[in-house]
Amino acid sequence: MLDFSILIDHKKEFLAGFLTTLEVSLLALVLSVILGIVLAVMKISPLKMLKGLATAYIEFIQNTPLLIQIFFFYFGLPAVGIQLNPFISGTIGLAVYSSAYIAEAIRAGIQAVSHGQVEAGRASGLTYLQTMQHIILPQAIKVVIPPLGNQFLNLVMGSAILGSISGKDLMYYGDIIASDTFVVFDVYIFVALFYLILTVPLSLFIHHLERKLSASD
Amino acid sequence: MKKWQKNWGIALVSVLLAVSMSGCGKSDDAAPALANKSEKSIKDMDKIVVGIGSDAFPFGYVDTADKKTKGFDLDIAAAIVKDILGADDKIEYKDVNGKTRIPMLKNGDIDIIVKTMTITEDRKKEVDFSDPYFSAGQSLLVPKGSAIKGIDDLKGKKVIAVKGTRDGKTIEEKSPDAIVSEYENLGEAFTALTTGKGDVLTTDNAILMGLALENPGYELVGGVIDDQPWGIAVRKGDKEMLDAVNASLKKLKETGEYDKIYEKWLKQKPE
Repeated sequence: MLDFSILIDHKKEFLAGFLTTLEVSLLALVLSVILGIVLAVMKISPLKMLKGLATAYIEFIQNTPLLIQIFFFYFGLPAVGIQLNPFISGTIGLAVYSSAYIAEAIRAGIQAVSHGQVEAGRASGLTYLQTMQHIILPQAIKVVIPPLGNQFLNLVMGSAILGSISGKDLMYYGDIIASDTFVVFDVYIFVALFYLILTVPLSLFIHHLERKLSASD
Repeated sequence: MKKWQKNWGIALVSVLLAVSMSGCGKSDDAAPALANKSEKSIKDMDKIVVGIGSDAFPFGYVDTADKKTKGFDLDIAAAIVKDILGADDKIEYKDVNGKTRIPMLKNGDIDIIVKTMTITEDRKKEVDFSDPYFSAGQSLLVPKGSAIKGIDDLKGKKVIAVKGTRDGKTIEEKSPDAIVSEYENLGEAFTALTTGKGDVLTTDNAILMGLALENPGYELVGGVIDDQPWGIAVRKGDKEMLDAVNASLKKLKETGEYDKIYEKWLKQKPE
């Protein structure tokens, strides 16, 4: 049986950690979607330089560990005089990491829309960006929602990495409480339950969105 | 498990006995320390075998330049043995670790242990400890010139600690207004200090002294927060050896020899 007295004794820490995880996840999510859309549009852009930049960024981020990226923002940037606290480093690190995957999901969605639509848009006098905004992206979003949803869930769970740069999230307090009480298993079960409070509603919301969008077809 | 260990210990001792007996026929002096302990006084021993470590700079470590093990613990051991036996060359070092040191002392492989060994109640059941020879305990490391001089200056300061230790908790208890941040390991904690993520790093002073020696821009302040002294261990009940070690240790401190060794290795005066 789980030792609920630990949950009660440390409710302040669990709650503070939960709020930090929630805040970091939400902020990183918004930032990564914005960054991801920009990258996706760059990647399919007819301009070779933009395309090259986006490809390099995405490849670099997807092929290096998240932990090292976060260390770069937290421990690396002070070398050039930029001092970020764990919360900001973690949010930026997570957003940068997630944006690469989100960009790829969006790019796949855009390319799933027939290329004839781009040509039709351009032929009727819209600019490239206008064509994207009014014709392609609204159609692409339906294809993109399921993989995007998975990325959001990954981001919330990935935020646990904040604990390793002393960002006071759920995982940080989990580690501290576990080493104080020596009740390792129960503490991490409680931590997992708090993550479920975030991920289950998110997951349900994405399913709801999928159903709604497919009904509009 | 216990029984197995005991049998193993007996087996090892008999092998050692057999080996050392067969090695020399003419003299009894070569019998292992354990066997001659009861018959002869310590002063008559050929040598004293000291268990030392080689994994804790600057207390006992292997110098990469000449591949020799050296350090504070070894010099203390050498000075004590010299005082007891009256000669420089009557000491033999044996490398031990945290797991092997007590079994090796018990079965006679070594006569005393001088290896960063904290005096604890649990260990007192297994061995006898000398008076403390090093005042170990939690301390503070700061960049040189820091305004922080001790535990009383931590109000509103960012204190870096290592996860899995009690160091952070101790600071929170003794200085509730300090902001404690804990890192995964010592390397990351020290990086946090050097990159300005916190004002002070806290853990055992022995570890901090090693860091300060390798990074001259940093220094220890405020002494030890909670005293957990190290002792020299001798076999349980070996009162003669214990008294001899304590008498030598006292002499070293009185003559200033101890301070010399301390400053040689730790580049600071004892507190």
